Amino acid sequence: MEKRVVFHNRFLPYLLVAPQIAITVIFFFWPASQAVVQSVLREDAFGTSSYFVGMENFAALFEDDYYLNSFKITALFSTLVTTLGLGISLVLAVTADRLIRGATIYKTLLIWPYAVAPAVAGALWGFVFLPGPGVFAWLLAQMGVDWNFHLNGGQAMFVVVVAATWKQISYNFLFFLAGLQAIPKSLIEAAAIDGAKPFRRFWTIILPMLSPTLFFLIVVNVVYAFFETFGVIHSLTRGGPAKSTEILVYKVWYDGFEAQDLGGSAAQSVILMAIVIGLTVIQFRYIERKVHY
Amino acid sequence: MIERRPIADAVGHLIMLAAIFIVAFPIYLAVIAASHTIQDVSQTPMPLLPGAELLTNTARALFDGPQLVGVSGATPAIVLLMNSFIMAISIAVGKIIISLLSAFAIVYFRFPLRNIFFWMIFITLMLPVEVRIIPTYKIVADLGLLDTYTGLILPLIASATATFLFRQFFMTVPDELLEAARIDGAGPMRFFWDVLVPLSRTSIAAMFVIQFIYGWNQYLWPLLIASDYKYQTIVLAIGRLIRAPDAFYEWPVIMGMAVLALLPPVAVVVLMQRWFVKGLVETEK
Repeated sequence: MEKRVVFHNRFLPYLLVAPQIAITVIFFFWPASQAVVQSVLREDAFGTSSYFVGMENFAALFEDDYYLNSFKITALFSTLVTTLGLGISLVLAVTADRLIRGATIYKTLLIWPYAVAPAVAGALWGFVFLPGPGVFAWLLAQMGVDWNFHLNGGQAMFVVVVAATWKQISYNFLFFLAGLQAIPKSLIEAAAIDGAKPFRRFWTIILPMLSPTLFFLIVVNVVYAFFETFGVIHSLTRGGPAKSTEILVYKVWYDGFEAQDLGGSAAQSVILMAIVIGLTVIQFRYIERKVHY
Repeated sequence: MIERRPIADAVGHLIMLAAIFIVAFPIYLAVIAASHTIQDVSQTPMPLLPGAELLTNTARALFDGPQLVGVSGATPAIVLLMNSFIMAISIAVGKIIISLLSAFAIVYFRFPLRNIFFWMIFITLMLPVEVRIIPTYKIVADLGLLDTYTGLILPLIASATATFLFRQFFMTVPDELLEAARIDGAGPMRFFWDVLVPLSRTSIAAMFVIQFIYGWNQYLWPLLIASDYKYQTIVLAIGRLIRAPDAFYEWPVIMGMAVLALLPPVAVVVLMQRWFVKGLVETEK
């Protein structure tokens, strides 16, 4: 779509885009290209000069058990956050959608966790599960669980998944509810007249009609779990215990800043960049299809 | 609904109430923890009903900051909150201004590099801070912007989402308005300020809510840029406090601070709910 009528001015449009483009070039493109350059260089022991090593940084990464492990942890973490978050919020949205009274109030009371920072979400849940005073930690201990997520890797993963999912439920809920409310009531009524019971209607009408929303949310949730949960991990577990919650984004920060391995961290950045690009392409191809839908 | 099913309705309300309760539970506990003395909170489990120390603990969080054994220099939350406000508002306003300008240029002008600029802005979506951490940090360091508000704010105000949203909206503005403005002798900037910006009010409000929350909740970026506590934000302080090594935790004050950290963005979402929902839905188009 293009405007029929436009202004004519030789310099003004450049002036108008200048601030945005300047920031984009200085703080996005230049560093991104530096990451690519760094990823094929290695610094000498004194950090005074660097030399070309080709794909060695990448090869080293894929031989590094910690890195491969971090991949597995990220896969597990993002699968759990995505499926739990989508499952719970779909149930809630379907429930809220069929209630005539109270749906708006329920919405207001469920959407606010979106505004809570991941790091604060981590702090809140860390306190609930804190061995000692933490209420859930106490409940678990009463049930005979030897609970201490600062020492047990599986338990640490459980707590970061809970905190990350909790924050994302409101977003998913909002989109599911909007998607459900956009389904024409006449379709559902027609199915009901034909004798389809609620479950049948859900599987054969509601879920297929909701599939664009569902697909969109899967991509958004995977991106969220990959890139926006740094705060949850950093505040709750610092990637531990014994690297059991060290997701890729945490590792790229840790290796670059705490371990000062610039080449390795840059190579990780490049791999992450490839992942974001892949996810964004999937997201936009889907949106193009939605336009024709 | 189609069938009248009172039992199913009752179950539905129960599910929703249970969900709301579970979602609110950690915050309830944080408020309860902030209302007790440190001795009470250290019990196993901590008390579940409010105590009388809420004001004392909040005041301590605001003006002293939690004391940690082995960690010097507690920062009062009032300084942290101020930094968070400066950062969140500047980022939101900055993003809105530069995105309005660039969307205006892209929609209302034809110029040779137009498409290239559009794609450059688009590609920033694929380059979140997380994938270019060290080189971006280096540039900010080279520009001498570490531990400054400029360093915290400027690199974050480029915005593909806001540019797209405004572009989308400008497309729907009838061409007749521009023609009328032109007949009245208005130049491009006059048209921008007197016609386009007032028309965009709702989109601007929606964008402000989303970007305020984005700015307030930043964590990785201030962690890199603000090593001096004078520039730290409240969210960053919470994340650092909670795992301070070998520290003695003053939980009531820390939880009071966590509540202070989440109150402003939550208030923005709840009070500006209409614009918030609009902003969320429209930015994803």
